[in-house]
Amino acid sequence: MSPWTGPLEKVDDYRWRIPKSYKPGMRVDGLVFASQGMLNDILKEQSLEQVANVAFLPGIVGYSLAMPDIHWGYGFPIGGVAAMRMSDGVVSPGGVGFDINCGVRVLRTNLVEAEVRPKIRELTDALYRNVPSGLGSKGKIRLRHGEIDEVLTKGSRWAIEKGYGRPDDLETTEEGGEMAGADPACVSRKAKERGIPQLGTLGSGNHFLEVAVIDQIQEKAIAKDMGIDQIGQVVLLIHTGSRGLGHQTAGDYIEQMVAAMKKYNIELPDRQLACAPLDSREGQDYLTAMRCAANYAWTNRQCIAHWVRESFSQVMGMSQEEAGLELIYDVTHNIAKIEEHEVDGKKEMLCVHRKGATRAFPAGHPDIPRKYARIGQPVFIPGDMGRFSYILVGTEQAMKESFGSTCHGAGRVKSRAAAKRELRGEAVRQDLESRGITIRAGSLKGLAEEASQAYKDVGTVVNVTHNAGISRIVARSRPIGVIKG
Amino acid sequence: MKRFQLIDHTADTGLIAYGSSLAEAFANAAYGLFSIITELNKVRGGESRPVAVSAEDAEGLLFNWLNHLIYIFDVEYLLFKRFDITEFTEHNLKATCWGETYNPSRHQLKLGVKSATYYMLKVDREKNQVQVIFDV
Repeated sequence: MSPWTGPLEKVDDYRWRIPKSYKPGMRVDGLVFASQGMLNDILKEQSLEQVANVAFLPGIVGYSLAMPDIHWGYGFPIGGVAAMRMSDGVVSPGGVGFDINCGVRVLRTNLVEAEVRPKIRELTDALYRNVPSGLGSKGKIRLRHGEIDEVLTKGSRWAIEKGYGRPDDLETTEEGGEMAGADPACVSRKAKERGIPQLGTLGSGNHFLEVAVIDQIQEKAIAKDMGIDQIGQVVLLIHTGSRGLGHQTAGDYIEQMVAAMKKYNIELPDRQLACAPLDSREGQDYLTAMRCAANYAWTNRQCIAHWVRESFSQVMGMSQEEAGLELIYDVTHNIAKIEEHEVDGKKEMLCVHRKGATRAFPAGHPDIPRKYARIGQPVFIPGDMGRFSYILVGTEQAMKESFGSTCHGAGRVKSRAAAKRELRGEAVRQDLESRGITIRAGSLKGLAEEASQAYKDVGTVVNVTHNAGISRIVARSRPIGVIKG
Repeated sequence: MKRFQLIDHTADTGLIAYGSSLAEAFANAAYGLFSIITELNKVRGGESRPVAVSAEDAEGLLFNWLNHLIYIFDVEYLLFKRFDITEFTEHNLKATCWGETYNPSRHQLKLGVKSATYYMLKVDREKNQVQVIFDV
């Protein structure tokens, strides 16, 4: 792929503008959060062209935004944020992605590294055994006929009613794990067929479970409110999404919207951006179906968290209460949401698309859990499996500048094929082991594709969001055990 | 004749498929898709499924065809390696697809494919060549 050669104006050290004069049809400027150093990689591929293409979408306000983990996606860039007016704007399934409500949840524990490390092999084995993962794996949840519809409407609440987790988990899940306005009638039979056997599975690719250790605390008081009290404390990360149900739902509606665009006279530079007006039947049906898929994903992470808790308490030989194991928070990073934001000094309802971007609402925002009202919404930014992950909080600046959004991860720099050419899975495994990271993976090839060398350094990514002010670093963790599908 | 060639894409993976007809290019794109998922030389071809898809144009047909095969794999664990296309127009494709149910003792799954995407999707009617990027 050729490098991108479009115009990019420096705003300040962390902000770069693509003027709307770049291409006729752009309705707003593009704005990219990045450091000078990161631009070298960003400019090697076509992700900034995708930022410009998103600016064509009807009803877009502010900027077509890109977070610093931006990389080349399909349609939207990964790390893209776009907000559309409800009155004349559109919703684009490609602006959410195929893995609807892919997200991260983090559990805290009462234990420290010295207590867990001696049992890390046993723990990763137990997690690998108890949480179905990898391609072709089947889930262990058996749904009654029609029960999938309950999952799609109730989300995490369904899981808790079935005994997977604790009622207070709902308070610390974005949307309470149950997005309102979800009607399973908008989800196709094919999507449900894919979703039924996959509920409670991790999947493959970049999805993972991680046993990590807090190794830096930048904001002591904020960390304490999240239950993070000390360096060395063990936390557990879960990263997965809506599995085949989400993939099918996205595909179904992209197909419908390609047809709808003709009907509504919308022309775009990339068919993957296919969209429909927010006030059209197609647009509303997609949002309804997307909410179902989002609820499925929350249920999925809720069930997995239950087995993670069980595994941890079994291996450590203590009750779940003794082990702590409270859910700090669960965030989604592939979603479209109707939210109130200020546009040109006026409050307005917008449809905010976050494609590989995390909501980052500030202290005092009505949509965040009461227990975090003082500190702001927790944000989790996982790095690659060999490096750090970060815990941040949302800020007022994010509300002003990025529709309450920040980055979601490290962002790839090497393609999977290139990683496989250059790295061997076994060597990657040995390298991780030599650095004290125990790994269980379904496939060695998959391990090479997900190696640290294939990703940007997540530290540089979160530093940009921190320095730009759209989220604030609270603590950092490093992995000691990783399960990959 | 080469059936397909992989294209490198940072986050995802894609392919260009060739044929002496557009129908053959579609069949080779499907073959390429399953080559991304598994080593096809280990897959036997004894089981079959009829497939029929339709769309408003050939681009939509390619998107729907590949996504329908991904759906069958996801639900039935069927790995396909032969695609006999019996009807092919700009709007309709009918085929019998041959393969084998995934058997962990004999097959290794290499990469999960979430979906075909429309991004950079191309159908070249003159060269009988198609291009598609997958979300993996």
